[in-house]
Amino acid sequence: MIFWQLFRIFFMIGMFSFGGGYAMLPLIQDEIVTRHHWITNAQFVDIVAVSQVTPGPLAVNAATYVGFAATQSVWGAVCATAGVCLPSIIVVVFLYLFMQKFKEAIWLKNMFKGLKIGVVGLILGAALILMTPEIFTDYIGVLLCVASFVACYRFNQSPITVISAAAVAGMLIY
Amino acid sequence: MYQSWQLFWVFFKIGAFTLGSGYAMMPQIRRELVTRRKWLDDDEFIDIVAATQSAPGPIAVNLAVFLGLRIAGVKGMIATAFGAVLPSFAIILMIAMLFQGIQNAPLFVAAFKAVKPASVALILVPVFTIAKRTGTVGFKMFLSVAAACLVAFTPLSPIYVVVAFAAGGILYYGRKK
Repeated sequence: MIFWQLFRIFFMIGMFSFGGGYAMLPLIQDEIVTRHHWITNAQFVDIVAVSQVTPGPLAVNAATYVGFAATQSVWGAVCATAGVCLPSIIVVVFLYLFMQKFKEAIWLKNMFKGLKIGVVGLILGAALILMTPEIFTDYIGVLLCVASFVACYRFNQSPITVISAAAVAGMLIY
Repeated sequence: MYQSWQLFWVFFKIGAFTLGSGYAMMPQIRRELVTRRKWLDDDEFIDIVAATQSAPGPIAVNLAVFLGLRIAGVKGMIATAFGAVLPSFAIILMIAMLFQGIQNAPLFVAAFKAVKPASVALILVPVFTIAKRTGTVGFKMFLSVAAACLVAFTPLSPIYVVVAFAAGGILYYGRKK
């Protein structure tokens, strides 16, 4: 039963990948292309490309696309997407209950004091990973990045406004 | 019920406009829930961002589920989870069914060539606001930058960084008492 299999495989992928999107890619490729032959490697590269130019979490995009491509049915997409999201939902619910229970505990407060320093680093790391020649193709890219930062940080513009403005600017410039 | 609809709408909007990882979603979520609606304060938001890093799966989904639960219980969780996932699901399904090869359309390519550097800037914004708010200066800043380099330039999974800083916090701040 391919629908059940899709659900199960994407459930495993959701369960065992930490660190979001890009960390999941090799796992998805291994299961979907190499093991199950649901899509070809060329299709997989296409999915990654499409995911980079469409909104939303990469893992969700890949699950939806593979689910549909493997079955040619919307239900395939539903099964794969539900599979990849379910582990998150279950783990986060437990995490929430845990944090509520120990909300007043001193050690938990100390833990978060330490974590705050780490989180600043993790977010900075995510930005560093994206600073590649493929994303900053020329000096206009660098200018756009600086302009967006100033608009958002100094002038408090909404990120959605900034992204939309950048899209329009891109169509005009390139 | 009204609040759950609002949550759904906030996450739907964010899901429809965010490119890349959950990190890119964060500034928008913060603006909508903390700055505009004041459903939770900045300190708690940062704690939640930190906690959801340590769960498996897409960060955007983790963050959506936790915030939904925290703000409006199980109803809120259902609202945020669907809100965050539905736009990607619908867009990808449409592409898979109708627009194979849209990633090569010239106008599309042009727009996204500009959007990508802009999203990097948007990810950098919370680095500065959170660092300023939590007083991350001096040695703390050095630790943050070290964590960033570890995540960016080595294959080390972020989960280890989260665990190390959590343990460090418990030991260091616990010992000082």
